[in-house]
Amino acid sequence: MNWIAIGDISDIPLRGARCVKTPIGKIAVFRTAENKVFAIEDHCPHKGGPLSQGIVHGNAVTCPLHNWVISLETGKALGADEGAVRTIPVRNDNGALSIALENLTLAAAE
Amino acid sequence: MAESTLEKLVIIGNGMAPGRMLEELFEKAPGRYQVTIFNAEPRVNYDRIMLSPVLSGEKDYEEIIIHGDGWYIKHGITLYKGHKIVAIDRAAKTVTSDHGVTESYDKLVIATGSVPFIIPVPGKDLQGVITYRDLDDVQAMLLAAQSREKAVVIGGGLLGLEAAAGLKSRGMEVTVLHVMPTLMERQLDPAAGYLLQKAVEERGIKVLTKANTKRILGETRVEGIELEDGRIIPATLVVMAVGIRPSAGLAKEAGLAVNRGIVVDAGMQTSDGDIMALGECAEVGGMVYGLVAPLYEMARVAASHLAGDRKAAFVHSDTPTKLKVTGINLYSVGDFADGDDREEIVLRDATAGIYKRLVLKENRIIGTVLYGDTADGAWFNDLLKRGTEISEMRDTLIFGQAYQGGSPLDPTAAVAALPDDAEICGCNGVCKGKIVTTITSKGLTSLDEVRAHTKASASCGSCTGLVEQIMSLTLGESYNPAAVQPMCNCTELGHDDVRRLIKAKGLKTIPAVMQELEWKTSCGCAKCRPALNYYLVCDWPDDYADDYQSRFINERVHANIQKDGTYSVVPRMWGGVTNSQELRAIADVVDKFNVPLVKVTGGQRIDLLGIEKEDLPSVWADLGKAGFVSGQAYAKGLRTVKTCVGSQWCRFGTQDSTGLGIRIEKFMWGSWTPAKLKMAVSGCPRNCAEATCKDIGVICVDSGFEIHFAGAAGLDIKGTEVLGLVKTEDEALEHIVALTQMYREQARYLERIYKWAKRIGLDEIRRQIMDDAEKRKGFYDRFVFSQKFAQVDPWSERVSGKDKHEFRPMATVGFNQAAE
Repeated sequence: MNWIAIGDISDIPLRGARCVKTPIGKIAVFRTAENKVFAIEDHCPHKGGPLSQGIVHGNAVTCPLHNWVISLETGKALGADEGAVRTIPVRNDNGALSIALENLTLAAAE
Repeated sequence: MAESTLEKLVIIGNGMAPGRMLEELFEKAPGRYQVTIFNAEPRVNYDRIMLSPVLSGEKDYEEIIIHGDGWYIKHGITLYKGHKIVAIDRAAKTVTSDHGVTESYDKLVIATGSVPFIIPVPGKDLQGVITYRDLDDVQAMLLAAQSREKAVVIGGGLLGLEAAAGLKSRGMEVTVLHVMPTLMERQLDPAAGYLLQKAVEERGIKVLTKANTKRILGETRVEGIELEDGRIIPATLVVMAVGIRPSAGLAKEAGLAVNRGIVVDAGMQTSDGDIMALGECAEVGGMVYGLVAPLYEMARVAASHLAGDRKAAFVHSDTPTKLKVTGINLYSVGDFADGDDREEIVLRDATAGIYKRLVLKENRIIGTVLYGDTADGAWFNDLLKRGTEISEMRDTLIFGQAYQGGSPLDPTAAVAALPDDAEICGCNGVCKGKIVTTITSKGLTSLDEVRAHTKASASCGSCTGLVEQIMSLTLGESYNPAAVQPMCNCTELGHDDVRRLIKAKGLKTIPAVMQELEWKTSCGCAKCRPALNYYLVCDWPDDYADDYQSRFINERVHANIQKDGTYSVVPRMWGGVTNSQELRAIADVVDKFNVPLVKVTGGQRIDLLGIEKEDLPSVWADLGKAGFVSGQAYAKGLRTVKTCVGSQWCRFGTQDSTGLGIRIEKFMWGSWTPAKLKMAVSGCPRNCAEATCKDIGVICVDSGFEIHFAGAAGLDIKGTEVLGLVKTEDEALEHIVALTQMYREQARYLERIYKWAKRIGLDEIRRQIMDDAEKRKGFYDRFVFSQKFAQVDPWSERVSGKDKHEFRPMATVGFNQAAE
């Protein structure tokens, strides 16, 4: 895996998210109430809403556009809705966060 | 001859009603009549209600026969099968059948039943278009179902749905067309109709509501249906099940009084003393009936009269409806329309698919709708029929008979832990200890009694749940709390209980609320967190630290998110007034940031749309330099005060409406409310500022200011209610502020003022704001206090650097790595 540093966990508010801009689009990096960090595409499977702007609860986020609830662990829509976003591998080394963007580097190198 | 000693009773029709009548008659007056029956159908009396199980294959025709041939022989009845009566000669007292048989009578009973209603659309006579009425129809459907093709059932009532379910189970692809918005709207309220539709759809039956049939397509055989909206639904079988009409033609030709049906008195007597009518063809007391219970009641009355008992009389009673589709349990009876004089008790369990609704009038059940769990239908119907006064068991009523006097269902730990001096009823200032001691000392057992003696929950009623919990704590197992709609899946408590407990227990953070009130999730959800945040902001303006992570994105970044993830920005223009300097500043921002769209809003503001999130602080910085603050067009809070030009300019203006609007807006901006709050001030009753559809509005008149509230012009449209008339601008402001604070303290999150007002009662609001100066002062003072902490411009705060993380990406990666 090719890990790319994105910043420190304290850059993200608890129960919040920040965006990371990449050549394949925005990635939303979440920090839950329990200090777990997740990264997913910042693009709701429903109508493309920016998930990074949603309310974070448990290990899920509610999309700000139409209230779809997306699991941060699996990227899948919860409840009755169907759809999924890509999850991105994220590593937390004592607060130093990095993400793995294998597809991205391949795509960018071409 | 033996015959001559017997009276001759002739019956036209051999359905369930005359069948039951004969059973009763043979018991009451055996051997009195020589009976002759003419049956247009070529068969004996069978149970028409069970046709659906025959269609679905759950029963055979033989199983639904009520009277076999043997029964007719045993009672010496002459049954003419397949004989339709074509004429009644009242003078000669004879009837004649289409096969030429003439029979004389002493007493004639007409029981011709009903005919299915055929929608008069083109194509109604095509082959393959049938109704659903008798065994012949069922056989036609069974034949058609062998093809396993497409069927359309027109009519989403009892019969239509049973037909659809039957055809589906016979392997057809079935679509139900229903002209109304919900299924079985005559027997079910919309909520139960919705559940029913879901259940029907789960069986693989398509349901189209609001579907108006335009024509039936096909040359000789039906090929499909065209709807009014142009949709075409292919079909090889069309079943019309849209209702029935009393079959009264024969009686009418005979000169009997006929209205919708054959008019009979309560003794089933027609306008001819020797002729009776009963069943679906009869009209008694202006009503015609189609369900079996009242038809059997008619049969009982008719039999009594024939047996010589002249006192028997038909009395109307509501009949329960049950749908005979296996696996769908549904029960409804009585009157369940909404009304001012009615109350309702509702229990919903979405997971279990249960919906129960009782409609009460003067503490008596007048209507019941049960879906999913219909076990208590009979009990509720019994209470309805007897007119039983239910106030004693009201709080447990909805759980059914088994729960009367049962054990408590909900833990009441939170209330148990309250100190005696905790205030329970804010309206009447009643604390927990007072309620407990009053219950024990006076031996109270019902909520009404507690209300009467303590006044707790007797005004706005929002603390009812708590009062009930105190009652169940005090009274033990003899009292159960009522079902409350929980805030969300994270808790069992409703909004009102949560609000009251936040105050009573002095809870000042979201984690404290979740801990103390035993939240079921670790950190709530997107429903409860914003609600709790609002309640805490409202209740503890000085102590509570606003939790931005529990706010919806718009309120977190102080702009409105758009579908593409950009934002719109609306600067505040007090009272809708602006000037050249402000407009120039806006124009400069538009140019500098390439704002794609500039739009004037309905609230007299200018909206800048399509701004990137990262640009927001710079946009605000430029706007701020021109003196603009946030217009809070994104807030569940005070939005806009719209004004007309009033007495300053307008030749009709009675007061300075612009000035008052600006004053209200400057006084109230920044305040958070349960839902958005939009206001307007009009300078005269011509009402150019459209104040009478706002949350709060003012109509200026010569004598002062008429304060309006509870209007709506969104999903619902509703004119405002008048709060009252005040003389001066100062009073107008005080009343408006007090009303707003009352709404802030009592409403549920996201509940607009008109919904709250409907729940609390307009009179109660007028009483607290217009009549009770002390209350009004209290509301006013609390609002003013909370404004000390609320009136901070969020835009300038963010220009100064607050919440920087919100507006910048955490990192930009990938681009450099690739280049390296």
